[in-house]
Amino acid sequence: MSEFLQHLVNMLVLGGTYALLGIGLTLIFGIMNVVNFTHGVLYTFGAYIMFIVVQQLGLNFFVALPVAVLAGWLLGAAIELTLLRPLRGSDIDTTMLVMIGAWIAMQSGALWIWGGVAKSVATPFPEAPLVLGPVSVSWLRLFVLAAAAMLILVTYLLINKTSLGRAMRATFQDHDTASLMGVNVDMIYTSTFAIGSSLAAAAGALLGPVYVIFPQMGDLAAVKAFAIVILGGLGNITGAVIGGFILALAEELGAGYVSSGYRDAMGFVIIIAVLIFRPTGLFARAERVG
Amino acid sequence: MTRALGLVGTIALATALFGGPAGAQTIKIGVNEPLTGAFAASGTYVVNGAKIAADEINAKGGILGKKIELVIEDNKSNPTEAAAVAEKLITSDKVPVLMGAWGSSLTLAVMPKLIEYETPMVVETSSSGKITTTGNPFIFRISPPSAVEAAAFKGIVDKLALKKVDFLVINNDWGRGTAEDFSKMMKDKGITIGLVETMDQGAQDMSAQLSKIKSSDSETVIVTTAVDQLTLIFKQAAALGLKKRIITTGGSQNPDQIIAQAGAAANGTMHLTTFLPWFPDKTPNPEATNYFITEWKKRGFEFAGCTESFRGYDGIRTAAAAIEKAGKAEPAAIKAALWNINIKGLNGDIVFRKSGPEGKESGQSQPNVYLIEINDGKVEMKTL
Repeated sequence: MSEFLQHLVNMLVLGGTYALLGIGLTLIFGIMNVVNFTHGVLYTFGAYIMFIVVQQLGLNFFVALPVAVLAGWLLGAAIELTLLRPLRGSDIDTTMLVMIGAWIAMQSGALWIWGGVAKSVATPFPEAPLVLGPVSVSWLRLFVLAAAAMLILVTYLLINKTSLGRAMRATFQDHDTASLMGVNVDMIYTSTFAIGSSLAAAAGALLGPVYVIFPQMGDLAAVKAFAIVILGGLGNITGAVIGGFILALAEELGAGYVSSGYRDAMGFVIIIAVLIFRPTGLFARAERVG
Repeated sequence: MTRALGLVGTIALATALFGGPAGAQTIKIGVNEPLTGAFAASGTYVVNGAKIAADEINAKGGILGKKIELVIEDNKSNPTEAAAVAEKLITSDKVPVLMGAWGSSLTLAVMPKLIEYETPMVVETSSSGKITTTGNPFIFRISPPSAVEAAAFKGIVDKLALKKVDFLVINNDWGRGTAEDFSKMMKDKGITIGLVETMDQGAQDMSAQLSKIKSSDSETVIVTTAVDQLTLIFKQAAALGLKKRIITTGGSQNPDQIIAQAGAAANGTMHLTTFLPWFPDKTPNPEATNYFITEWKKRGFEFAGCTESFRGYDGIRTAAAAIEKAGKAEPAAIKAALWNINIKGLNGDIVFRKSGPEGKESGQSQPNVYLIEINDGKVEMKTL
């Protein structure tokens, strides 16, 4: 029983960051119809910004977090303006190839700048964990969970309660009509990509100090983000949040009770199962086809 | 203007293509190591150690009147890449001997290429038993196979009063081979084997495996992986309140890095290692050890890397000694000469003995294995 409780606590902490990774990707896919292969690199980028600000500039950990989010926002806006805007209207394959190119170029750039040896970031949290009966969790991970929950809430409010969010949702439903109603669709696309990117960078900034930071760290994160998006349904934010927790639960219980060798395979097992039984995602509303 | 640029380009190309003859003044040694990916830290240390050996040999005039040139390639911690890199080094760079490829799975992937091109390789780190037992006569290993580690550990098992042991190992030839060899030895000693948990080489979160181990009724965990994953395990074990005795194997732990990154969580942990940079006087070759450590520090590298980098140093000295003995830089002659060398390595004499099926034996040297314990943030030696 105590082992099961510990797995549940691990799942909550892991699920929060998975959700953060998933909503950034699903937002971009849903609104822009772009498969963002740079998502993992943006995650890596956020982690390296933490490394620069905390380890190299010697600034406070809590100052570094918003810096990383802002840097992710700027890099996302730059990618949208230089790569995606000129390609507007081209087919999804062309955009996908360009994004794969950007992914490889940026990952190699990180390797060139920082080298392949992993870096770690010091945190202000105590080493001794918080112990509650049979379960125990580190303060850093609790903070990461709280920060992730806050970012998810902010994103939710942004999309559902602000005029920018309303314009984004309108563009998601029908960008021609939205454009006729006076929505600046170009601006919406740039904002969406920048917000999605900043969420990926935030996830990297939060998880980088928990783990270690290296140029390929985003690859596995991106695969998991794709699994979460497929699980929750393309463009579905609530679905991505729940999907993040489901993936974390599957990994924890899979490693705990099935076999630890297949831990990272659990995500793919879920993708396959969802694609067979509910191809529109677990949380898609019933839709009339044809 | 365009034509001028074109001319510059042509000259640059010609220099690149015909710059070859200048290279003939050197003797090349191919180095196939993971410089990116999961084992980047360890591979980089080995390469830095290799460079110290090459510079030392060249400062003394080189071998056969020529300087040594290391041709270093990154195998990206990926077996497919390791095989491709070996092929490139042999066919394109024309190296007569290789050193590599750090991980057991990486080395095993390279081995068919060695047979195909009949080129010998000094294996500096890999510990899977399979490497020297499958009948590859181009393999000359200076690191201990995991069965040798297990045998060395046998002596202390009673003193530690081990009763039930869990394993947490990297999910590749190295980790699984270690779990197998140590389980066999421990079962003979009457110790119960509990869980055998694995982790992917790129995995960063081992909380699930550690939670499972925390709930088991064993008192000791044997952990096998490289330094980056090890520090994560120590941090995550501490966060989960895992109180069991942790013993690591494989010699790629960099204990000082564990002390620096895991803090108090490192106290009481034990590590099977193959080099003692903390106690140069207790090493088989104190003079060389002191030279190596001084040079390592002079170059501004972290002391923690010594336990890994000495292998690159010994590996290159082994290859160089064989080239010298062969009298020419040709693969067949070097292979034959490797059987006859006897050099003082930082971890014992490097002399190859036959291992594997008759007629196509691999070479295996017999390095020392030590057990160290971390106490109050300091490394102490335990007698095996």
